[in-house]
Amino acid sequence: MLLNRKYVPVLVTFGLLAAMFAAGSLRYTGFFSMQVLYNLLIDNSFLLITAVGMTFVILSGGIDLSVGSVIALTTMVCASLVEQNGWPPAVVIPIVLVMGSLFGALMGAIIHYFRIQPFIVTLAGMFLARGLCYVISINTITIANPFYTRVAQTKISLPGGFVSINVIIALVVVLAAAFLAHYTRFGRKVYAIGGSEQSSLLMGLPVARTKVLVYTLSGFCSSLAGVVFTFYMLSGYGLHAMGLELDTIAAVVIGGTLLTGGVGFIAGTFLGVLIQGVIQTIISFEGTLSSWWTKIVIGLLLFVFILFQRVLSERRISIKS
Amino acid sequence: MKRSASRVQFLSFIMVLLLLQGCNAAPSVPAAASADPDRPPSIQEWMRTKGEDVRADKPLVIGFSQLGSESAWRMANTASVQEAAKESGISLLLENAEQSQPKQFEAVREFIRRKVDVIAIAPVVESGWSGILQEAKLAGIPVVILDRSVNVEDTSLFVTTIGSDFYEEGVKAGKYLLDRMQNQAGPIRIAELQGTAGSSPSIQRGEGFRSVVKARTDMVITQSAPADFTENKGKEVMRELLQVPSEERPQVLFAHNDDMAIGAIEAIKEAGLKPGKDIVILSVDGSRSALRLLNDGELNAVVECNPLLGPLLMQAAKEIMAGRSLPKRMIPPEDIFTQERAEQAIQNRKF
Repeated sequence: MLLNRKYVPVLVTFGLLAAMFAAGSLRYTGFFSMQVLYNLLIDNSFLLITAVGMTFVILSGGIDLSVGSVIALTTMVCASLVEQNGWPPAVVIPIVLVMGSLFGALMGAIIHYFRIQPFIVTLAGMFLARGLCYVISINTITIANPFYTRVAQTKISLPGGFVSINVIIALVVVLAAAFLAHYTRFGRKVYAIGGSEQSSLLMGLPVARTKVLVYTLSGFCSSLAGVVFTFYMLSGYGLHAMGLELDTIAAVVIGGTLLTGGVGFIAGTFLGVLIQGVIQTIISFEGTLSSWWTKIVIGLLLFVFILFQRVLSERRISIKS
Repeated sequence: MKRSASRVQFLSFIMVLLLLQGCNAAPSVPAAASADPDRPPSIQEWMRTKGEDVRADKPLVIGFSQLGSESAWRMANTASVQEAAKESGISLLLENAEQSQPKQFEAVREFIRRKVDVIAIAPVVESGWSGILQEAKLAGIPVVILDRSVNVEDTSLFVTTIGSDFYEEGVKAGKYLLDRMQNQAGPIRIAELQGTAGSSPSIQRGEGFRSVVKARTDMVITQSAPADFTENKGKEVMRELLQVPSEERPQVLFAHNDDMAIGAIEAIKEAGLKPGKDIVILSVDGSRSALRLLNDGELNAVVECNPLLGPLLMQAAKEIMAGRSLPKRMIPPEDIFTQERAEQAIQNRKF
């Protein structure tokens, strides 16, 4: 039933999003239009894909700090292979997706088999990926390949406006991830490991394989987000997506996923990304506030959500006892 | 608990009231009273409707995506655009992107959605603009590029670039250096503090400088590092550059902007050297603080980079809306300051 306790965080997030959108529509003319929502999706499609990958990682009880750097590395590799070496995009894009997945798998393997904290391993991965960008090139590499420019400029009309191809890719990823999380055995194993790794091990679940697969999935999502980012920015640059990992984690937490793992929904992450976008849009409509207010509001929201999650989980424990 | 519930209700009622006050109705304009749209109005009708029907011309709306607020130059640039907009009665939507290109894309997309009359962009880096400029072109909104340039294949995507000739600034700095060092025997080691990596002022000032300095083969740029156009980074990077043995220390510093030069001067003093005497320092921009240092002898030459582009932008916007064509490049007049002229120039500095 809808009022099932486990749905409460996601419902709160949805309520918050609806309240913010309503407040914005009442206060500013021109806010209540589909194109505002579509622009939100266009501008945050890569964040959405990254956040989906991050959700799986956080659900399993870990964390992945390397996502922003893998995005930057992906853009750099794409740009240098397509522009400077003349490879066709049909070859380059699968290569970078495989590269991202292998990178994630490597980090997952180190995390599990050496029993090191995911924070440390993915932090190292972050520095490594960012450094590799600068080894390829210090300056920006512009992408002028006709395939990329055509994809970047294609507009898909929807009622009320238009979206870009990136949005379609992001929405497909969200739907596929929701299916993966809730209707496959893999998804159930991820939730189980996040709930309690010891119990999962004792139950006989393949913890090692699942953990490595989770980080592989996160790496794949990061590199897919990097491909989408390349369509968006049409350049490869070492400074792309700086700090994106923090925005991603914020979106996942605001979406109702517990940082300790085992609790959360992909739909919640989708709402979390939308909330970040709505806050940014409200601040730009306000006009007089600096864009740094977005970060302040996100920070306060994160704080409130973590407190809320704590209160909820305490209530759960006290009711059981 | 009933009391806290009613308090919550009361507070939410107040909140709803506060939100609703934002949506007050716009004052309605009386409609024109013409009976038949094809027949020209009679004199009586014309006299009746003339007074009520006049509405003020909608002011021009410019959407300006400023790239950040990293230096005094940038703040002066923003202030100049805001002042010029107010003086010319143009409505200005200003979005500060805090050095992030994706935020500039978001800002431009928002301007397109709001159907502004002209979009002005100060691009943080040169590349990656063809997609968003194409969107603006499809929406029929003319784009003016301010300060830095964009690197796109199709130059019809923007109307004009208003900004300084950065290459020429680098050339002026190089010429001053050649002049000054003409009696000094080589080898002369030059350190360079670049600005934000990938930005056109940094790239072009570097190229202009090198094109002049290569005339003397014993003048070598031994060290070069980006310092983001900020004072803090300038000091940090200069400190690192000075950590070489003293025979390899640079004798000349070319900083791509004043803020980095000011930070570098502090680092030079901390290292026990005299800026301006042990190390010849050249910088670009021409802020008042730099000219004061020039006057004190701690800087040797400052190439002017004029940030007051506001009036030029407003004029260009008006000409675009009037349908006139503009030159592809509009360059404000600029100069170079040396120690002798510093004192009288300080009074005239607006930033």
